[in-house]
Amino acid sequence: MIEQTPPDLRYSKEHEWVKMNGDEATVGITHFAQDSLGDVVYVDLPDTDTTFEQFAKFGEIESVKAVSELYTPVGGAVTEVNGDAVDNPELVNSDPYGKGWLIRLRVADPSDLHNLLTAEAYEALLAESE
Amino acid sequence: MSSGPAARDRRLLMERSVPGRFAVAIPESDVPPAELPESSLLRDDLDLPEVAQLDLVRYFTLLSQLNFSIDTNFYPLGSCTMKYNPKLNDEAAALPGFSQIHPAQPFETVQGALRLMYELQQMLGEVTGLPGVGLAPLAGAQGEYAGLLIARAWFDSAGKSERTVALIPDSAHGTNPASAAMAGLEVVTVPSNDQGNVDLEALRAACDERTAVFMLTIPSTLGLFNPNILDITEAVHEAGGLVYADGANLNALLGLVKLGDLGFDICHSNLHKTFSTPHGGGGPGAGPVMVAKELASFLPAPVAALGDDGLYRFERPENAIGKINGFHGSFSILVRAWTYMRSMGRNGLREAARNAIINANYVQAKLRDRFDLAADRHCMHETVLSARRQKARGASALDIAKRLLDYGVHAPTMYFPLIVDEALMVEPTETESKETLDRFIRIMRQIDEEIDQDPALLHEAPHDLPNTRLDETTAARRPYLRWQQET
Repeated sequence: MIEQTPPDLRYSKEHEWVKMNGDEATVGITHFAQDSLGDVVYVDLPDTDTTFEQFAKFGEIESVKAVSELYTPVGGAVTEVNGDAVDNPELVNSDPYGKGWLIRLRVADPSDLHNLLTAEAYEALLAESE
Repeated sequence: MSSGPAARDRRLLMERSVPGRFAVAIPESDVPPAELPESSLLRDDLDLPEVAQLDLVRYFTLLSQLNFSIDTNFYPLGSCTMKYNPKLNDEAAALPGFSQIHPAQPFETVQGALRLMYELQQMLGEVTGLPGVGLAPLAGAQGEYAGLLIARAWFDSAGKSERTVALIPDSAHGTNPASAAMAGLEVVTVPSNDQGNVDLEALRAACDERTAVFMLTIPSTLGLFNPNILDITEAVHEAGGLVYADGANLNALLGLVKLGDLGFDICHSNLHKTFSTPHGGGGPGAGPVMVAKELASFLPAPVAALGDDGLYRFERPENAIGKINGFHGSFSILVRAWTYMRSMGRNGLREAARNAIINANYVQAKLRDRFDLAADRHCMHETVLSARRQKARGASALDIAKRLLDYGVHAPTMYFPLIVDEALMVEPTETESKETLDRFIRIMRQIDEEIDQDPALLHEAPHDLPNTRLDETTAARRPYLRWQQET
């Protein structure tokens, strides 16, 4: 059973999550996002060392329903890309907060986090849209 | 024992192959054999099926029987306009004077064909209010591409090459941003408001000196007429941009309103949707591009023209963006569209549009108590239902769509537009009778009840088709693209 909104993460309105470890951020899509998309069949991620502004498009995710764009919740340079998620996109469905992570970035400006939602605020956003 | 299609011999042609068997007996050669040149292009290991003529006929006849088509069943596939195509269109296209000619023939010998193209240009110009017409594009997406290249060429010729942004609503067909990117434009998305219309303020804010075009589907992909359309075209023009109409839904406007009168500068028409030419199979298609008078000199070459000598010829427009394909478009499709327009006539086309709108609204009115609407107002030629309440009860839009197949109804378009949860986009078209619509409505209500009574009926659907529920996920993740002999 997936924990739907882990409390230690920060969230974007576009349904991405970010987990901070020092100045390194791990980014993925939320449980709600993977559930809405349905079975993910393809993930297109950037090369390492690419830099992104906060909320910039960093890739694409394709499910059996649609292709959607991925937006990074924090700005910075990509340090690592999850090749396992590219090879086995089902990981994004089965373990969105774990093995289904997408990219890691070195965060340029820690104040980016102030523009994100807490788990509580994100849950409120989901409740509102229902 | 079942005698349905599922029980039939489903082997592929390769699996029916027997070495040495052949479909046609070729007579003994009575001339000496010629030596073939040594070439790496010649190979002898090509794996082709070897079958008797009867095996071949049975195989393709079976495939044709497995086919689901508008000639066999109701097909409310939203946005695709699966209306009946009168057989007269095919008869006209098969006339030897149209089917046995060559594109490179001297123009004096194909005056009838050229006249037909000229007249079709005139009719499409009249019906859209955009008089510059190019018939060359081979599909709607190519029509979009041509239209956007025309816009770019026009800005370039006016010394405004910095206009490279295409504004596109979030409800657009995926081809719009794809065509814009192909044409070298930068795509900026414009949000919709809660009525499903383009957010006018957001559009105004997005328009600036870099705006080349705003692309808008009309009626919208939610099947709605936008009441702010004049404000929209004015806002884009004030910013110096052009307005492009995606004509995918043009069938709802025929004879009722002209895109040119609404301020659009460029549009395309998917002839297979609006003008009753065949769908599917990957083509051949036709997606003519229509432009305002001041853009006509940029149309792709060639266009049909009538000379002072009374003869029709192909001409290259003065500032043509070039050729968009080898010759001049899908001619046999153009014949079908001409035949449809001429047999319907001005009033008939208007009647078709009106009936398409009435039919969609009838279905919407009869289903709105069970299904949420993407927008709670009168629709145009299609209605977008949301199965979000059904999903909460345990059956998704996909399950409903699959269950419809068991009742002999083609699935509506699903999960589009992307801004609607659990979207089911229903386009009945004008060619369906009230009895057919009533049957569809009964089936939809029945399926809605099945969700609570016997949800497995939906989750495992379809039950009665040659193929049951396909594993679309595995098919997409690990596609199996090439047949191989089992060893």
